[in-house]
Amino acid sequence: MLAFLIQRVSQAVIVALAMSLLVFLGVYAIGNPIDALISPDATQQIRAETIARYGLDQPLWRQYLNFLGNILHGDFGKSFVFNIPVLELILSRLPATLELTLMAVIGATLIGVPLGMYAGYRPNSPIAKLIMALSIFGFSVPTFWIGLVLILVFAVHFGVLPAGGRGDTVRVLGVEWSFLTLDGLKHLFLPALNLSLFKMSLMIRLARAGTREIMLTDTVKFARAAGLSDRTILIRHVLRLISIPIVTVFGLEFASTLAFAVVTETIFSWPGVGKLIIDSITALDRPVMVAYLVLVAILFMLINLLVDLAYALLDPRLRARGAA
Amino acid sequence: MSRDTPFGRFVDDFAESKVAVAAFVLLALILILAVAAPLYAPQNPYDISSLVLSDARRPPGYVGRGGYTHFLGTDAQGRDMLSAILYGLRISIQMGLMAGALAFVIGASLGATAAFAGGRTEAVIMRIVDLQLSFPAILLALVLSAMLGQGKTQLIVALVAAQYAYFARTAHGAASAERSKDYVEAATSAPLSGTRVIFRHILPNSLPPLIVVATVQVANSIALEATLSFLGLGLPPTEPSLGALISNGFQYMMSGRYWISIYPGIALIVLIMAINLVGDQIRDQLNPRLKR
Repeated sequence: MLAFLIQRVSQAVIVALAMSLLVFLGVYAIGNPIDALISPDATQQIRAETIARYGLDQPLWRQYLNFLGNILHGDFGKSFVFNIPVLELILSRLPATLELTLMAVIGATLIGVPLGMYAGYRPNSPIAKLIMALSIFGFSVPTFWIGLVLILVFAVHFGVLPAGGRGDTVRVLGVEWSFLTLDGLKHLFLPALNLSLFKMSLMIRLARAGTREIMLTDTVKFARAAGLSDRTILIRHVLRLISIPIVTVFGLEFASTLAFAVVTETIFSWPGVGKLIIDSITALDRPVMVAYLVLVAILFMLINLLVDLAYALLDPRLRARGAA
Repeated sequence: MSRDTPFGRFVDDFAESKVAVAAFVLLALILILAVAAPLYAPQNPYDISSLVLSDARRPPGYVGRGGYTHFLGTDAQGRDMLSAILYGLRISIQMGLMAGALAFVIGASLGATAAFAGGRTEAVIMRIVDLQLSFPAILLALVLSAMLGQGKTQLIVALVAAQYAYFARTAHGAASAERSKDYVEAATSAPLSGTRVIFRHILPNSLPPLIVVATVQVANSIALEATLSFLGLGLPPTEPSLGALISNGFQYMMSGRYWISIYPGIALIVLIMAINLVGDQIRDQLNPRLKR
C-alpha cells in the first residue's frame, strides 16, 4: 500500500509540474496584457516602469522560474485588474463555487442513482422508459440553455426565484455561506439544479447500465435462489457492486462540475471562481488565469489520487498490482 | 434488408427500435434542411444589407418590411430567427462533424499505434491521453479558444484538442485486444509493415467501439461549440452558430423577449438529442455484454 501511495504521489507531482509549464506557456500566448494595463496615451516612461513592475520585460524562461518559485511560497502574483494577490482573490471566490458544486453533485447522486437502478431493474417498464427519456434529455441539453430556461420560467415568468447573485450569506468559520439562510437557499436553488441535471443523467445511465449487467449475473441468480427479496438484492448486493464506478464518477465528476460551474456561474451571475476566470479571460488578467488553471490542475491531480486510493481500498486486486 | 451480411443484420436490429428509427429519420431531415437552407430560407442572415433595423426584436408571427412573416420573430439586428436558426444549424453541424472526424482520425491512429507499438511509446502516449481525460474538456477548449482567438479553424483546433483523447483511449483498448489475436501475428510475420498492420488490419477490426464514441463525440462537439460561442469565445458574431444566437438573445430575455434565445436552443437540443438517441441504439447493439 505504501509503495502504491509513493508511486502515485510522485507521478502526480511530475504531472503537476508539466501542467504548470503548459499553462504558463499557453496563457503567455494570449494577447498582450500591456495593452490592457496601460492607457494608450501614457508616456514612454510610465510604460516602461509598469512593464518592469510586473516583470514583463524579462525573458520567458526567467518569468516561468520566478513564477514557479513564487508559487512555492504560495504567491501567485497580483491580479492586474483587482490589484490584490491572486490567491486571496481566488480563495475569496472559492466557497461560493464549492457550495454550488457540492450541492449539485450530491443532489445528482442521491436522485440519479435510485432512478437509474430502477430503470436497470425493470428496463421495459414505462417508468424506466420515462427515466431514460429524462436522462437522454438531460444529457443532450446544453447546460447553458437549461439555465436560460430556468431563469425564464422561475425568475421572469413566475417571479418566484431570483435570477442571479448569492443572496444573504452567513459567516461561519470566517467564510460567507449562502446555504444557511433561506434567501441564500433560494438563490442557490436554480444554479444548483442547472448544474446537477447533466450529472444526474450521467448517474442514471451509470446506475442503469451497472444494474442491468449485474442482474444477469450468477450472484443475483443465487441470491434469488436463496430466497432473498428483490429489494434486498438491489440494496444489499447490486448497489454495492455498482458502487465502484459510481465512486469514481462521483470523484471525477465533482472535478468536472467545478469546471462546468464556469458556465452556470456566468449565467446566474454567481460570484464564484468560474465567473472570475471568464472575466479574467476577457480582461487578459494573466496572473488570475494562470493561478486558476494551475490550481484546477492540482485539484484534479488530488481528486484522481483520492479516487485511485478509494479504488485500492475497495478492490484488493488493484492494491497488489499497484505495488508490484 | 437481408440478414446475410453483417451490415444487413445491423440494419435489421436497428429497425427494431422505433425510437431509434424515428431519431434517425429526424436527424436525416435536419441534415437535409440545414444543408439546403440557402435554397429556401426566407432571408440570408449574413447579408447585412437585407436586414431592416426597424424589424428588430419583433415577436413570432410579425410581418416585416420584407413582406414575409417572421414565424419565429426577429433578433436585435432584425434578422429573421427562422433563417438564422437554419444557417446556425449548418454551422453547428459543420463544426461538429469536422471536429469529430478529425478527432477520430488523430485519436484512433494514436491509440492503435500505442497499442501496436507497446513499450515506451505506448506508455508515453497513453499517459498523456489519460492525463487529458482527467481534465475537463470544456476547460481545455475554453483556454485554447481564448488563446487562439475567434474563427472556424481555431475553434476546430480547440474542439479536436479537447476530444481526441476519448478516441485514443477507446482505440487503444480495442486495439490491445486485437493485437494478441492470431491474424495480427500472421500479418506481422508475413511480414507486413507496422503501418499497414495498424491501419489495414487492427483499426478496421476495432471500429465498433469507435463508432459508438464517434456519435457521442459529434454530439459533444456541437454542444461544446455552442457553449463556447455562448461564452463569447467560439465563432465571430458575423456568422452566428446556434450558441451565438442564444447568447445574443440572453440580454433580451429578462424583458420577456424569449424567442431570440429559446428557439435556437430548441433546434440545438433536437439536433443533439437525435444524435444521442441514434448513438444509444448503436451502442446497445454493439455491446456484447448485453447479448445473452
